[in-house]
Amino acid sequence: MLLLERRPVDSSLMKWASPLLALILTIITGFCLFLSMGKDPVEGLKFFFITPISDLMGLAELGLKMAPLLLCAAGLTVCYRAKLWNIGAEGHFLMGALGASITAVWLVDADGFWVLPVVLLSGTLAGMLWAAVASGLKTHLHCNEILTTIMLNYIALNLLLYVVHGPLKDPYGFGFPQSVMFADSALLPALIPGTRLHLGLAFGLLAAVVVWVLFARSFIGFQLNVVGQDHRAAAFAGFGARRLTWFAFLVGGATAGLAGASEVTGPIGQLVPQVSPGYGYTAIIVVFLGRMHALGIVVASALLALTFIGGEMLQIAMNMPKAVTGLFQGLLLFYLLTCDAFIHYRIRLKRPARQTTMAAKTASGEA
Amino acid sequence: MELLTNVLAATVVAGTPLLLVALGELICERSGVLNLGQEGMMLMGAVAGFVAALTSGSLVVGVAAAVLAGIGMSLLFAFMAVSLAANQYAAGLALTIFGTGLSAFLGAGFVGQSIDGFTRVAIPFLSDIPVLGRVLFDQDPLVYLSLIIFAGVAIFLRHTRGGLLLRAVGEDPEAANANGLKVLVVRYLAVAFGGGMAGLAGAYLSLAYTPLWTENMTAGRGWIALALVVFATWRPERVVLGAYLFGAASILHLVLQGLGWKSSTELLAMLPYVVTILMLILLSWNPARTRLNTPLSLGQPYRPGR
Repeated sequence: MLLLERRPVDSSLMKWASPLLALILTIITGFCLFLSMGKDPVEGLKFFFITPISDLMGLAELGLKMAPLLLCAAGLTVCYRAKLWNIGAEGHFLMGALGASITAVWLVDADGFWVLPVVLLSGTLAGMLWAAVASGLKTHLHCNEILTTIMLNYIALNLLLYVVHGPLKDPYGFGFPQSVMFADSALLPALIPGTRLHLGLAFGLLAAVVVWVLFARSFIGFQLNVVGQDHRAAAFAGFGARRLTWFAFLVGGATAGLAGASEVTGPIGQLVPQVSPGYGYTAIIVVFLGRMHALGIVVASALLALTFIGGEMLQIAMNMPKAVTGLFQGLLLFYLLTCDAFIHYRIRLKRPARQTTMAAKTASGEA
Repeated sequence: MELLTNVLAATVVAGTPLLLVALGELICERSGVLNLGQEGMMLMGAVAGFVAALTSGSLVVGVAAAVLAGIGMSLLFAFMAVSLAANQYAAGLALTIFGTGLSAFLGAGFVGQSIDGFTRVAIPFLSDIPVLGRVLFDQDPLVYLSLIIFAGVAIFLRHTRGGLLLRAVGEDPEAANANGLKVLVVRYLAVAFGGGMAGLAGAYLSLAYTPLWTENMTAGRGWIALALVVFATWRPERVVLGAYLFGAASILHLVLQGLGWKSSTELLAMLPYVVTILMLILLSWNPARTRLNTPLSLGQPYRPGR
C-alpha cells in the first residue's frame, strides 16, 4: 500500500524541483492535448513557447505582460508569506486602473512632468484603498479574507464597468464604452524605443528587489514570516498581528494598484472595459510557482507572461481557442501543488501497521 | 400581488443554483474539508451539461454529464487535499483556476449556440395554491430536484447513522479513526458529493437559467455559496433561506428596472457581492460564535497512521 510519510525535514531539493517538474508535466499534457485535437504537437508547443519570444518585438511583448504579473505577485508574496490569503489582486489592479484613469481624464489638458507621477500615485492609492477594505474587514470584523477579497474583485469590476459606461465615457467615442485618450504627459515612457515595452517592467523588477530586501534584511519581513509559520509564536513574541495584516494588505494593494495604473497609462492609454485578462488571478500562480521568493517570482512571471502571448499565438497560427492560456495556467498550478506535496512528504511502500526505522531509512535514501 | 408572485418565483429560480452548490459544500465542509474550488467545478458542470445536451439532444444526458464532470473535478481536488494532504486553500484555488481555464477551452466552440432548456412543469393541485403554488410548485424539474435534495441532506445529517459518521469525521478525525471509521473514505465521498452538486448547479445555469454557454457564466456564484455556508452556520435549513435571499439580491436590479427605476445596471449588479460581504460581517464579528459552529477539523488535512 502506498503511504505518505512525513519527512523528518522538508526537502529543499524538492522545493525548487517541484516547479520544474510541474512545468514538464504541463508540457507533456499539452503534447497529449495537441495530439488529441489532431494538431502537430511539436509545432504547437513551438508556437506556444518559442515563436513568441524569438525576436526583440516578442521579448518586448513578454516584458509588457510580465510587468503587471510581477507587480501583483510581489504584493501577494508579502501577504502569502504571512499566510494571508489575499485573492484580491485583480480587484486592487482594476481599482488602480480606475483611479489612475479618473485622474488622467481630469488632467487631460495638463502638461508637465508632474502629471504622470500624480496619475500613478492615484492608481496606487486606489489599490491601497481597496486592500484597506479587506484588511479592515479582516482585522476588526474577523471576516475571512478569501471571501471578502473575491467579492471585492467582483465589485471593483462592476464599478469599473459602470464608470467606463457612464461618467468617464468619451462623448465623441461613437458610443463605445471607453474614456478619452490620455494626454501624452500622462503616459509611461517606453523602455525600448519602437516597442510597446514601458516603464512598468522597471516598477515590477524594483518591487521584486524590495520584496527581497524586505524578507532578507528587515525586521518586519521577519515578523511576517513568523506570523505565517506559527501564529502563536508570533503572538508570544509580541508581534502585532493586526499591524502586520494591515502592512501586508496595503503593500499588496499598492503594487497591484500601481500595476493597474501602469496598464492604462502604458500599453492602453485610455480606460477600456477589458483592462485585465486576469492578471490578478494569474499572479497567484506566479507567487506559488516562484516559491514566494523574489527571484522566483521574476522567473515565474516571465513564464506566465509567455502563456498569455503563447495563447494568442496559437489562436492566430493554429486556430486554437485563446482559452488555452487559462488551461495551461490551471494545469501548471495543479501539477505544482501535487508536486509540492512531496516537499513535506515521501511515499513509502509499506503497510501502515509495520512502522520500522529501516523502512524510513530506505525511503529517505530514495528521496 | 401578481408582481410579488412573479418576483418570488424568480427569486426561487435565481436561488436554486446557489442552493444546489451550497448544499454540496455543506456536506463537504461537515466532513472537515474546505473546497474553494466550487466555482471551477460549477463551470465544468455548466460546460459539460451544455455540450452533452446539445450533442445528444437530451437534457437528462446533459444533467448527468454535468454531475459527472463535477465529481471528476472534485476527485482531482480530493487527491490533492485528502490523499496528498495538501493545503486545502491552495488546492481549492487551483481547482477554480484550472476549472475556469478548462471550461473556457472546452466550451470555446459552443459559445453563441443555444438549446431549448428546461421548462416549467406545474405540479397538479399543489400549483393551484395562491402565490405559493406558482412560487414553489410551478417551476422547472431541477427546482423540484433541489428541494428534494435539500430534504434528503437535512434528514441525512440529523437523523441517519451516515450523517452522524460524517459529522464525527468533521469534528474529530482522530477520534473517528480510533472508532474504526475510514476517515479518508468518508472525506472522499463528501468531496465527491460536493462536486456532483456543484456540477448540477452549473447545469442549472447552462440548461435552465440561461440555456447557453458563455465563459465564466457562474459569475462568482461558487464563491457566494461558500459564504452562504458560513452564513448558514453549517445548517441545511438556513442554507435554503440564505440561497433564496441571495437569489433575491441578484434579481433585484431586474425588479427595479421593471418598476421603472432609472439606475445603472452595473451598479445594481454589485448588489449580490455587497450583500455577501454584509452577511459575512454580520456573522463573523463575533469570533467566539463562529468557532462554536464551525466543524472543528475544517481545513485541516488528516493523515492516518501517524
